Amino acid sequence: MFLASNVDRWLWWDWIGRNTDLITSSLREHVILTVSAIGLGLLIAMPLGVAAARWRWLYAPSLVFTGILYTIPSLAAFALLIPVTGLTRTTALIPLTSYTLLILVRNVVEGLDGVPSEIKDAADGMGYSRFRRLTRIELPLALPTIMAGIRIATVTVIGLAAVAGLLAIPSLGNLIYIGQNRPIRTAITVGIALSVALAVTADLLLSLAQRLLSPWARSRAAR
Amino acid sequence: MNFLRDVGNWFNNPAHWRGEGGIPNRLFEHVQYSVIAIAVAVLLAVPLAVWLGHRRQFGTAAMNVSNVGRAIPSFAILVLGTQQFGLVEYPIMGSFTTFIALVALAVPPLVTNSYVAVAEVADDVRDAARGMGMTELEVLRKVELPMAAPLLMAGVRTAATAVVATATIAAFTGAGGLGRFIIDGRATFVNEEIFAGAVLVAALSLVTELGLGAAQRWLTPQGLRVEIGAARAAAVVSSATPEGKVRP
Repeated sequence: MFLASNVDRWLWWDWIGRNTDLITSSLREHVILTVSAIGLGLLIAMPLGVAAARWRWLYAPSLVFTGILYTIPSLAAFALLIPVTGLTRTTALIPLTSYTLLILVRNVVEGLDGVPSEIKDAADGMGYSRFRRLTRIELPLALPTIMAGIRIATVTVIGLAAVAGLLAIPSLGNLIYIGQNRPIRTAITVGIALSVALAVTADLLLSLAQRLLSPWARSRAAR
Repeated sequence: MNFLRDVGNWFNNPAHWRGEGGIPNRLFEHVQYSVIAIAVAVLLAVPLAVWLGHRRQFGTAAMNVSNVGRAIPSFAILVLGTQQFGLVEYPIMGSFTTFIALVALAVPPLVTNSYVAVAEVADDVRDAARGMGMTELEVLRKVELPMAAPLLMAGVRTAATAVVATATIAAFTGAGGLGRFIIDGRATFVNEEIFAGAVLVAALSLVTELGLGAAQRWLTPQGLRVEIGAARAAAVVSSATPEGKVRP
């Protein structure tokens, strides 16, 4: 009787105290998954976005392709990969990375498109090479839009990484999976609370980073 | 190759096409959950958001609703609801928790897109309509709604694709739908069943996305089609999201 009532409690501090290892490792896996997915996504999306901004014909097909990837439900994508890559981080990373691509590619291209042509002309006039113009002028000016994309992608990935946990891949979703199966309601509470907290924290940190990385936007707003 | 043959055999097995656990019934459940939830969400969200967009009021509030929705994992409501209400089934609606979760999932993108779609109609166009002697309702019906149709439909499409994807997770809480194959296959270590379920879900998701895309193009007024070049089409493709995450 005593046990049953504890299991039904939404917050059972004893359980949390006894399972801090499980909780911290789930949180750590969740963070690793998110950071790696965004990092890999940027590695693919930055060159693709830069190329699509320069050679226009590339843009539509890359959006269609990443759009199709985006449409595949995450649970299905994880399930499809389990026979190939097993219950590993890779199984979660492949779909998570592919979901970031659409958001990132679009924001890189939109960001580069937003650079005023007179600024590009001025850079050309000052003797900048194509590559230096891109790295020194265009990318910094596109940064707010790119960062906005990174923020959306990060919050999205944090939500989706939890879904991977439903298939017993370590992540905060795994706590929810455990909570539902055993059942221990507190595990569900912890899993959900931590993933919401993680999403909010990541979004705040990234918006802070965005402000620090583009001080001119701030001074313009202050003027 | 052996594995793909197993998957083929799974699909060829007549037992998997019959009864409650058969593909037709699971597909029906999946579509049922999704259609009912989207219909109710549209009825709840669109008229309100369209009216607010017409008045151009409470825009920030509408965006905030959408942003908060983005931070909550979509299956959180499912799990919490199942813990609270158990597995209640109603006729037509199907699983009650699934219904609530899917409606809650569909409302934010519908609110945001409907509001923005109507509020973004150019001022001079609205003024011209008023100058021609249209009543407020006529302005809304004859000018704003047709011009808002593409973006409004993009919202429906986003919501629908998110709902179809998330209806898969409903199986995790004991409801039916195509997700059952993935969850049951996992529980019994039948990989070909998981794979078959995933293929079915992905196919349904793509059909929803493409079908509503066609509806969107069809509902776009002739005069607006010219400006819908690659950029707009791209925005449309991108509006679908995996697990109900809404782009701003």
